[in-house]
Amino acid sequence: MKIVIINYGAGNIQSIMFAIERLGFKAVLSNNKEEIQAADKVIFPGVGEASYAMGKLKESGLDTLIPTLKQPVFGICLGMQLMCNKTEEGNTKGLGIFDVDVIKFSNKVKVPQMGWNQIYDLKTDLFSGISENEFMYLVHSFYAPNCAEAIATTNYDVEYASALHKDNFYGTQFHPEKSGDVGEKILANFLKI
Amino acid sequence: MLAKRIIPCLDIKNGRTVKGVNFVDLRDAGDPVELAEIYSAEGADELVFLDISATEERRKTLVNMVRSVAEKINIPFTVGGGISSVEDVEILLNNGADKVSINSSAVKNPQLINDLAQKFGSQCVVVAIDAKQIDGQWIVHLVGGKVPTELNLFDWAVEVAERGAGEILFTSMDNDGTKNGFANEALAKLSALINIPIIASGGAGNIQHFVDSFKVGKADAALAASVFHFKEIEIKALKQELRKNDIEVRL
Repeated sequence: MKIVIINYGAGNIQSIMFAIERLGFKAVLSNNKEEIQAADKVIFPGVGEASYAMGKLKESGLDTLIPTLKQPVFGICLGMQLMCNKTEEGNTKGLGIFDVDVIKFSNKVKVPQMGWNQIYDLKTDLFSGISENEFMYLVHSFYAPNCAEAIATTNYDVEYASALHKDNFYGTQFHPEKSGDVGEKILANFLKI
Repeated sequence: MLAKRIIPCLDIKNGRTVKGVNFVDLRDAGDPVELAEIYSAEGADELVFLDISATEERRKTLVNMVRSVAEKINIPFTVGGGISSVEDVEILLNNGADKVSINSSAVKNPQLINDLAQKFGSQCVVVAIDAKQIDGQWIVHLVGGKVPTELNLFDWAVEVAERGAGEILFTSMDNDGTKNGFANEALAKLSALINIPIIASGGAGNIQHFVDSFKVGKADAALAASVFHFKEIEIKALKQELRKNDIEVRL
């Protein structure tokens, strides 16, 4: 199985590389369009600021490639947010894969949300064998509101979509690579899709 | 609900854990990776590695350690100690650290907080603040509490939050090492004053101290070293007790 992690200069990709290695696979880092298109599985990571990351994607022309991919694609954290219509962060237009607009948590709660929170109302094979209300590691200030494409929900400030799915595209707001053994199981589930 | 976090802190010198640890089942008590794996298995929510080495080789050694830890453990970890530039941070994050903690370098050059937040995002910027009371005022100290600054704890905390810190690690030098509990009054004041997470540090001696840090001190996370290293408190038992006290934890 050929796993490609999209490398566009935004985010901590080493942790995802290591997590995949712990699962017994090997991933390659790439920003090469042909290599990404030829992969069996594509992981789209992202940490940092949205407009900066989107700018990086555009520089390499990956913003037009990603929505056309046919194999399973997994956006993590900011990667998931960039797959939405737009995000309030830096007023950034997204890839438009998920039909939802990302907005900021209110100041009624501490921002960023940092730490372990529960996921529930789990749907799709991504969560196969995962119990409701497991804790996942999240670090974020912006969120995707609950919507038709939500496949996991989390409660912080409001109930929001902590995972999204449409066709071959999956996204999680939480970091499966940093969420203990349960997180690794979710990553393994994705690799089986 | 978002869980309160329990964070063991490991002091690192030349790539090895420093403080004596009391894990009989450890093959190598000085190996940070092995210790990290044990804490992770016991239910620690995060780990903090504080590098206190002062050799020319320190950076290379630390980067190697970060890489080995990231390879093995699947929970987040923060690296601190001697970090003073965007370049320092970049190399640690690229090798698998999730967050970095800056202390003296933020006091000397507050713009560093802005620069790091802008380049890597607030979520990975922890500002560590060591403070103790002098004439009733909480004063920020450097060099492990030895050197007082002109800064007031609360003013400085507000400033670092405004500059883009994602989290504050507040160590009360008055409480550190006493095992008499955390500085809950100052913690609660910090929590009311700023809207980013606060990690309580300094003073943990028993389980009730952790309960108080969350209930009275309103902390988002509590950090400790020796009570965990010497197995005076086991993380699992601690978390069970926290849950009994209606404190949300990941069990």
